[in-house]
Amino acid sequence: MKQLFPAKQVMGFVFSLILTAIALAVYFLDVSFTAGLTILIVTAFVQALLQLIVFMHAGETKDKWSIYGNVYFMIFIALITIFGTLFLFSWDM
Amino acid sequence: MEFFERFAIPHPSPVIYASMVVIALTVIAIIAGLTYFKKWGYLWREWLTTVDHKRIGLMYLISALLMLFRGGVDAIMMRAQLAAPDNKLLDAQHYNEIFTTHGVVMIIFMAMPFIFAFMNYIVPLQIGARDVAFPRLNAISFWLFFMGAMLFNISFVIGGSPDAGWTSYFPLAGNEFSESVGTNYYMIAIQISGLGSLMTGINMITTIMKMRAPGMTMMKMPMFTWATLVANLIIVTVFPVLTVALAMGTMDRLFATNFFTSANGGMDMLWANLFWVWGHPEVYILILPAFGIYSEIISTFSSKNLYGYKSMVASMVIISVLSCLVWAHHFFTMGQGAASNSFFSITTMAIAVPTGVKIFNWLFTMWRGKIRFTVPMLYSIGFIPLFTIGGVTGVMLAMSAADYQYHNTMFLVAHFHNTIIPGVVFAMLAGLTYYWPKMFGFMLNERIGKWTFWLLSIGFVLAFFPMYITGLDGQARRMYTYSEATGFGTLNMISFIGAGIMAIAFALIVYNVYYSIRYSPRDIGSDPWDARTLEWATNTPVPEYNFAISPQVNSIQPFWDAKKKGHVLFPDKLDKIHMPNNSGMPFILCSIFFVWGFSFVFAIWPLVILSTIGIFACLALRSFEKDHGRYISVEEVKETEEKTGGAKL
Ligand code: HEM
Ligand SMILES: [Cu+2]
Repeated sequence: MKQLFPAKQVMGFVFSLILTAIALAVYFLDVSFTAGLTILIVTAFVQALLQLIVFMHAGETKDKWSIYGNVYFMIFIALITIFGTLFLFSWDM
Repeated sequence: MEFFERFAIPHPSPVIYASMVVIALTVIAIIAGLTYFKKWGYLWREWLTTVDHKRIGLMYLISALLMLFRGGVDAIMMRAQLAAPDNKLLDAQHYNEIFTTHGVVMIIFMAMPFIFAFMNYIVPLQIGARDVAFPRLNAISFWLFFMGAMLFNISFVIGGSPDAGWTSYFPLAGNEFSESVGTNYYMIAIQISGLGSLMTGINMITTIMKMRAPGMTMMKMPMFTWATLVANLIIVTVFPVLTVALAMGTMDRLFATNFFTSANGGMDMLWANLFWVWGHPEVYILILPAFGIYSEIISTFSSKNLYGYKSMVASMVIISVLSCLVWAHHFFTMGQGAASNSFFSITTMAIAVPTGVKIFNWLFTMWRGKIRFTVPMLYSIGFIPLFTIGGVTGVMLAMSAADYQYHNTMFLVAHFHNTIIPGVVFAMLAGLTYYWPKMFGFMLNERIGKWTFWLLSIGFVLAFFPMYITGLDGQARRMYTYSEATGFGTLNMISFIGAGIMAIAFALIVYNVYYSIRYSPRDIGSDPWDARTLEWATNTPVPEYNFAISPQVNSIQPFWDAKKKGHVLFPDKLDKIHMPNNSGMPFILCSIFFVWGFSFVFAIWPLVILSTIGIFACLALRSFEKDHGRYISVEEVKETEEKTGGAKL
């Protein structure tokens, strides 16, 4: 019975609902723009990783290395793009 | 009547009306021809529904050549207009429309499908696979590209061409300054074909990672396969940025959002930023596969192994990372400070280093090799000095302080044509000549081919080198005319003559195809160039399953080793072969996409909603469809192998 019950998935599902609720709360609660955006970005990233690991089964197969390698590379590029843009248009203009 | 008025072109001319007639006549002729020769069934069964990577490759190839001629006509018109000062051939608006169309067609609808043609046709053969990883997705990619291209190409006769440049900078591209539907065409046609490119990216990466023949480790992959892998990684990395930017631009134009407006909190510079986050890596998406083709050709015709394999791979990987770090060099003059400009200057110049490594590797491959001066080799040898000049002027442009002088002048135009024509276009023509016998079973005529090469090279130098000078003297790009007093007249006339010579060279290619179909010998076997890699180990014509037996790979040149060192390529016995079924779904789905795009351009919402439903219906149907492919029996394989010269069994 214990093996049959997908505990990891159920936990993941609950957790992703919680993340969604937190993100949604930004709209209803009266938080500052910066705080709101920070919450949204953090919950979005955690949510994406959660989906990837729990529901898309990254890391459960032999090609774990290439999947995580890709993810890290994409995160790297995304950060470069974002910080590059901030560099150009906020910090240096 | 009011409904139809929106389809009228805002700025007509007799040439455009004439084109409408020609287009209508061509369509009628094609339909009549297909009916008369009873070819509808053939077209549907063999081409529209095919999932075979080779046929899809050929369809990319044909589309790319067609687009090359479409873009070429635009180019000749521009050069003719600029040939003399104060010329009245085109007015400012037409000139704007033409250079916009030329840029988009050449980059998105010529160069991209051209490299996809080779990736599709060659990569599965090079890695000893029977098809790509997702054959049906591959067909969808092609048809998305095709429908996007068609949508873009009808803009000049229905509703008006885009006129804000291939970079489509806001606020110029916004509703305020671009009232016609032209820029909608830009946003949506590129969006549709961009989706196709993204899918190809995923498909090619999976194919190369998962479907290599036994024994082919990553470091034994042929160089073109490596180039394809790296280029497709860049595609997957940066195309989403374009997708998002185009979606935001579309919303600004159609739904009155304010992402890129200059008022209401929008930021017009953000478009330029996002565009080049995609745009600069895009030029490397084009050039890396071109490098791959040159590597194959130079190694074959120097009768030597490629020099510095590992450094070739490493430099491509480094280029792919660096290419995502340089985008701001396209707008050094937009007003940011010296710190960020210096940063992007240095990263840009750094790209010249791995590129230089590759150049030296090609030279060392030729060093002391037994060089055969065939047409593909001529293009490859011509490429090295010409492209290097383009790279050197690129480094000049990369110095942000100096770029204030060069930016937006003809100097820039000379730079990028100097990289793209000897870099990408020469590679495509070299690859075309090189792989032609594999694709069609006969060679292109060498003598005509050599004429073409020389005319093209001379024409290129005459057409583009004068622009370096006029650019430094201050001739701005994208200006439809100049006064006599500027003194640019003579050099522009030389450019026009060069462009004319290039046009003759392209016409010669067509003549060469015709001539070779008629006169080329057909008994050339399956390895006419005495080549080294697996794609030449197949029969010609290549059977639909490519390899009757999966090849066994021992080195980076297994076919050469099989020919010279007694390596056994096909150790196994024949077995039945599993192949994917054809499907009409990709074509139908993408036709719906065309309707969707068209109605989006003209904001015909009921049709948008209907076609959106149609698209999702196709996706849903696919999810419930059970299609396990089919088997080709051993007898059938034997029969085909005997027919196609299966001496290798
Ligand atoms: C060493 C290599 C290269 C360097 C350092 C370099 C540098 C540059 C710089 C700084 C610019 C912007 C100049 C300006 O707007 O004022 C530029 C524009 C451009 N480059 Fe390169 N480049 C290199 C190679 C290439 C290659 C290989 C290609 C294409 C295959 C290419 C295609 C282009 C295009 C299309 C533009 C102009 C886009 C436009 O504004 O319409 N470049 N390059
Ligand atoms: Cu660039």
